[in-house]
Amino acid sequence: MEKIITIDNLIFEYSKSEGSENIRALDCVNLEIDEGSFTAIIGKNGSGKSTLAKNLNGLLIPTEGTVFVDGYDTADDDSIWEIRQRAGMVFQNPDNQLVSSIVEDDVAFGPENLGIEPEEIRRRVDKALEDVNMGQYKHKAPHLLSGGQKQRIAIAGVVAMKPKIIIFDEPTAMLDPKGRKEIMKIIMELHKEGITVILITHFMEEVIDADRVIIMHEGKVLLDGTPYEVFSQADVIRKANLDVPIMVELGDRLRKEGLDIPQGIIKEEEMVKALCQLKSQN
Amino acid sequence: MIRDITLGQYYASDSPIHRLDPRVKIIATLLFIIELFIVDNFIGFGICAAVLAAVIIVSRVPLSFIMRGLKPILFILFFTFALNIFMVKGEVIWEWKFLHITREGIQIAVFMAIRLVLLIIGSSMLTLTTKPLSLTDGIERLLSPLARFKFPSHEIAMMMTIALRFIPTLLEETDKIMKAQQARGADFESGGLMKRAKALIPVLVPLFVSAFRIAQDLAMAMEARCYHGGENRTRMHEMKLKTRDFVTFALEAIFLALIIIEARMF
Repeated sequence: MEKIITIDNLIFEYSKSEGSENIRALDCVNLEIDEGSFTAIIGKNGSGKSTLAKNLNGLLIPTEGTVFVDGYDTADDDSIWEIRQRAGMVFQNPDNQLVSSIVEDDVAFGPENLGIEPEEIRRRVDKALEDVNMGQYKHKAPHLLSGGQKQRIAIAGVVAMKPKIIIFDEPTAMLDPKGRKEIMKIIMELHKEGITVILITHFMEEVIDADRVIIMHEGKVLLDGTPYEVFSQADVIRKANLDVPIMVELGDRLRKEGLDIPQGIIKEEEMVKALCQLKSQN
Repeated sequence: MIRDITLGQYYASDSPIHRLDPRVKIIATLLFIIELFIVDNFIGFGICAAVLAAVIIVSRVPLSFIMRGLKPILFILFFTFALNIFMVKGEVIWEWKFLHITREGIQIAVFMAIRLVLLIIGSSMLTLTTKPLSLTDGIERLLSPLARFKFPSHEIAMMMTIALRFIPTLLEETDKIMKAQQARGADFESGGLMKRAKALIPVLVPLFVSAFRIAQDLAMAMEARCYHGGENRTRMHEMKLKTRDFVTFALEAIFLALIIIEARMF
């Protein structure tokens, strides 16, 4: 498959006040992301996951190493707008990323910056708002909407720029469970439409449906693989002070009790199936 | 309750005045103000008042709504009136100790009062019938020729747009901080002016901190969405002058001519 993002030996350091040592947020990260894939990046606070995300669209420039997005080098000033059009980003706080006090004007902000023709902007804005089921709110003021709705507007604003990749930087962290579900549903739909999704999160339940899970710890990639591969190494995950998905935890405890539950169960329905089989055997 | 605040004093309606291009309304308002200062007799003021009355009727904004805007300037109105009536020299018609009223004084005071009232009502018609965001757009486009002389018209308009967007957000933030402080025993409601002002310091400091945090977040989000100033930027809403805008311009020109001729004649 085509590699849309190539990260080679990425080191990123935050410069602190003069005299003191720089803080190394990312330490020799090597990754390749397939076009059209759904990658989840997990890690606790300070693991470097957000810094990694901001390196993917040139908001931060590598201290050492290179990041290539769809063939463009993020360190190259001339291609920065090409990169940001291709790799859109949705941030954590739904309030602090909306620019206009009218929903449709906010969605139009990105395409306007790209210098697209007015009629085409109109089409894209209407389409993007339909995609996130917010069509009927297009003349509303964002501050009258719920957190989940605001976040959907933010997603529409990125979708209207027709990106190949969307990076979600903890998009559900400030939402209630209902808003969280809505956003995850939209992320899955966008992925199905062929957009490369990179989801940064600390909610384990959100990464189960991903094609690939990357666990960050102290600026390094700790684990990298399919959800089954990653979550079968529950001990390593726990050592990084992260929780494992609830079904993995349940499977572990049941095995400890002497029940014959196979490894690598991460979804509820799989657990139900395994338990039913076990019951019918006895 | 803070969520329901209305910004500015826009009166939502779908009148012909509301539908005019904001640029036309801004220019018409500026011309109206100039006309008020050309006029120096009652007939002229009569014409201005009649035109304004016609605009108000067409705009369907209730009179009570307009009058509300006059309240804050009542004091200034009274003050200038008193100043003019007592200070202007000329033919004395009433005298008491050091105070004296002159014929010229009365005339100037009355004219000034009429002028101020018409000016306030006239300019509030602009903000009553135009959404803050369209007003910002209109200002940006009117000032855009100045961009050639390095005048930051786009930046000013962007700043106003963002300010409008974040007023409710910052109000919510203030509400949150005040509640947090109240929960820890802060008292904002009792005591004199000084005491109350001092009680607000623990609100203002965190508010400033969070305003800077919001600014940083927003700047990053805007950059991620390819914002790089006004250069090569297009707009979804195009502003095209329609027939009604040209008609308004024509009427405005007749009005201006009338005022100038009238001022010359008398």
